Amino acid sequence: MIVPTEWVLMLSAVLFAIGVVGVLVRRNVIVIFMAIELMLNAVNLSFVALARSRGAVDGQVVVFFVMTVAAAEAAVGLAIIIASFRNRTTVNADELALLRG
Amino acid sequence: MGMGAALFLVLAVLTVVSALGVVLHPNPVKSALALIVTLFLLAVVFVLLEAHMIAALQIIVYAGAIMVLFLFVIMLLNLQSEDPERGRRRFVLRGLAWAGGVLLAVELALLTRGAPVGRPGAAPEGYGTAQSVAQSLFTDFLLPFELTSILLLVAVVGAVVLAQKQRRPTIS
Amino acid sequence: MPEAHAAAEAVIIHSQVLWLIPFFPLLGFLIAVAAVNAPNIVKITSPLAVLASFLVALASVVTVAGAPEGARLAQTLYTWMAAGPFHADIAFRIDALSAVMVLIVTGVGFLIHVYSVGYMGHDESCSRFFAYLNLFMFAMLLLVLGDNLLVLFVGWEGVGLCSYLLIGFWYAEDANAAAGKKAFIVNRVGDMGFVLGLFLLTWSLAPAAGGTLSLDFAHIQAHAASLAPATATAIALLLLVGAAGKSAQLPLYVWLPDAMAGPTPVSALIHAATMVTAGIYMIARLNVVFALSPTAMQVVAVLGALTALFAATIALVQTDIKKVLAYSTVSQLGFMVLALGVGAFATAIFHVMTHAFFKALLFLGAGSVIHGMSGEQDVQKMGGLRTKMPITFWTFLIGTLAIAGAPGLAGFFSKDEILWHTWSSGHTVLWLIATITATLTAFYMFRLLFLTFFGEIRADHDVAHHVHESPPVMTIPLGVLALLSMVGGWVGLPHHWLWGNPLGEFLAPVTGHPHAAEHGVLGEGALMLIATVLAIAGATVAYVFYIRMPGLPMVLSWRLRRVYELLLDKYRIDELYNAIIVAPYVRLSTFLWKIVDQELIDGFVNGLAGAVGANGRLWRQAQTGNVQHYALAFLGGVVLVLAYYVMR
Repeated sequence: MIVPTEWVLMLSAVLFAIGVVGVLVRRNVIVIFMAIELMLNAVNLSFVALARSRGAVDGQVVVFFVMTVAAAEAAVGLAIIIASFRNRTTVNADELALLRG
Repeated sequence: MGMGAALFLVLAVLTVVSALGVVLHPNPVKSALALIVTLFLLAVVFVLLEAHMIAALQIIVYAGAIMVLFLFVIMLLNLQSEDPERGRRRFVLRGLAWAGGVLLAVELALLTRGAPVGRPGAAPEGYGTAQSVAQSLFTDFLLPFELTSILLLVAVVGAVVLAQKQRRPTIS
Repeated sequence: MPEAHAAAEAVIIHSQVLWLIPFFPLLGFLIAVAAVNAPNIVKITSPLAVLASFLVALASVVTVAGAPEGARLAQTLYTWMAAGPFHADIAFRIDALSAVMVLIVTGVGFLIHVYSVGYMGHDESCSRFFAYLNLFMFAMLLLVLGDNLLVLFVGWEGVGLCSYLLIGFWYAEDANAAAGKKAFIVNRVGDMGFVLGLFLLTWSLAPAAGGTLSLDFAHIQAHAASLAPATATAIALLLLVGAAGKSAQLPLYVWLPDAMAGPTPVSALIHAATMVTAGIYMIARLNVVFALSPTAMQVVAVLGALTALFAATIALVQTDIKKVLAYSTVSQLGFMVLALGVGAFATAIFHVMTHAFFKALLFLGAGSVIHGMSGEQDVQKMGGLRTKMPITFWTFLIGTLAIAGAPGLAGFFSKDEILWHTWSSGHTVLWLIATITATLTAFYMFRLLFLTFFGEIRADHDVAHHVHESPPVMTIPLGVLALLSMVGGWVGLPHHWLWGNPLGEFLAPVTGHPHAAEHGVLGEGALMLIATVLAIAGATVAYVFYIRMPGLPMVLSWRLRRVYELLLDKYRIDELYNAIIVAPYVRLSTFLWKIVDQELIDGFVNGLAGAVGANGRLWRQAQTGNVQHYALAFLGGVVLVLAYYVMR
């Protein structure tokens, strides 16, 4: 089954844009995190589509790595959020603005 | 339009809807669930694109591990729904506008500049199987592979250290 | 006209010890600085240093005196500057002229150092005083011993500095510090003229000397004749400005009366006997240049005569004992300048010597009086000290007689020689001015004597009770100076009297011979008689005013009160200078300070800083600490970059 590559790329762009909106708009840092994951997945989709169109597996290998790193990042990020929550009992991004100038 | 294309369209619409659900739903638990759905749908799309190995990994690792971790944390912190506030509307609109801009730019780039990709040809023999991916991974990409394992180790240690219980200073 | 003497064939004796003469006081200065907290040591080492200087100087002078006429001792220490055509060494010379000066400086200087041990011995900063005094001696000796104008100038500036330090010695009082500043600044004005004169002189002599630029006296002596009259006039007048500053002539005399704010030994040493004579010495030293310009000589003579008269009139009515002596000094310096102007260079130096004796004596005597009167300096509060301070009285009397020109005493012969040369060189009007001044001198000095020592004491009971004679360490120098004031004049008798004028002949190879002394309508003897009669008249009037009819001066001053007040206010010259020079300068300075510096420059600099700060405050608003805001900005950048690639 052949899927036109441009369509997939467009889907990827849309998902990415939705992810961006999520990062900018939501106040709950966990949800922000999830939006970031969404963006990463959109990129993964692009890679897979282009790998398919080229017929090379390299793109899939990259996706492999992206997933791995995303896992590591999620683990550490959530640990940070938990640690921060202990001090300030908030996950509201607006309230976590200590580095204000 | 072939079977693949039609199937893909359906999946695309569903994916977008669930993605919107991730981003827009006030309850973080519901957002997480929406994300899981999105990931599943993406795994199906991967299958359509003959990336079977990756699809499997997506479900096992992403939807199965990472999202579970997210849910654990959400439950642990006992987060409530976000309440909207005044002035959010403006911010939301602005964010949407920016996103739209990004989208537009990417689309334009794709349509006018990118090398024409057209319909892909038949996939080579054994494309997308675990074997072919592993073949590439353990030969051309061996170094990144090893480095990634170190990265994971670091992440584990970091996560443990960051999240451990604070020890109270003992009074001597 | 006086002939300039070319001493090209002079015998030069090389000496190894000349450097010791200024060195001993320098050593004394260093010891005083090191031992500043041990005044008892300094009180011994400082006078000893000067005594050592005096002895070396004496030995050197004896050598010069025994040598053929026109010989000199010379010592070059090292080359100071050698830059292309310009060459200057640190070198000393003792010829006839500097011999006389060095003996005066070290001799009188030593006596004053001894006196100061008594006068300043109880002052809490006494070591600092002796340090400055020794430093002054060092500078003054550089001045008189220098073999070139550069070393002289170093000494010139050095004595100016020490004068400032010593006038403002008790600097805790603002008035004293101000007087010190005034002395230094007015001197600076004179020095400007002096330096310009030096430059012009060096430069003008170069062509005749094959392009060599030098300030050596030998060099000047050899090539002076090559100067064009106009150039010589310009140089001479510029040098005169310098001399007028240092030797307190019109219009730069204003610092000298204010300088009385310093301790009395300072007034005696610096402002009577030595520093103020530096200008006289300088002109005498450079007599070849002055002799080339009759115009300049005329200016010098007129300036001297006018200054003499001017200062004498002010001295008539002053009530501070030191101020009277200060104006008297200005007046006597005017006499010396007059002598220089009429070509009698040696006579001017003769008067320098006798003046050093009796003026130092008078100042030290005044110091003794002030000491005995517990610090009182107002003559109107004195009187009757004759019996209470006999030694001071008798020595002061001798000094008064000497300055008034009593026959046989020191001042008589020197002043007389000045009057004679003025008359016989044809300057009749100047002679008249000088003679009138001499009469006034007699009057005001005897006025001072009578008011201070005669009659009933007019001071408070406590002060009157405390009046006592000064200790021997102060009265012995008074005695020595009194002796010198009596016999000091006998080295310069008119040349057909007894042994003639050994001093003048000794100095002649350096200072030239004044015009051949002729017998004019009036001979020298006749002039002497006139002067003596007038002096006696002046003294008698003073006697009448202040002993016989004490109410008379008051009546007279009331009758002529406009004149009296003008004189008392010293013609309001200080006020005039203040208004036309000082006040505008202060206004300019204030303007530059308040407007240019504070508002413009500080405003600009602070404005810059303010602008930077404002800019920072502006941009800081982007640092909200909110990560989502940062993400938004990030996104903006991404869009732009993408757009760029799209457009390409």
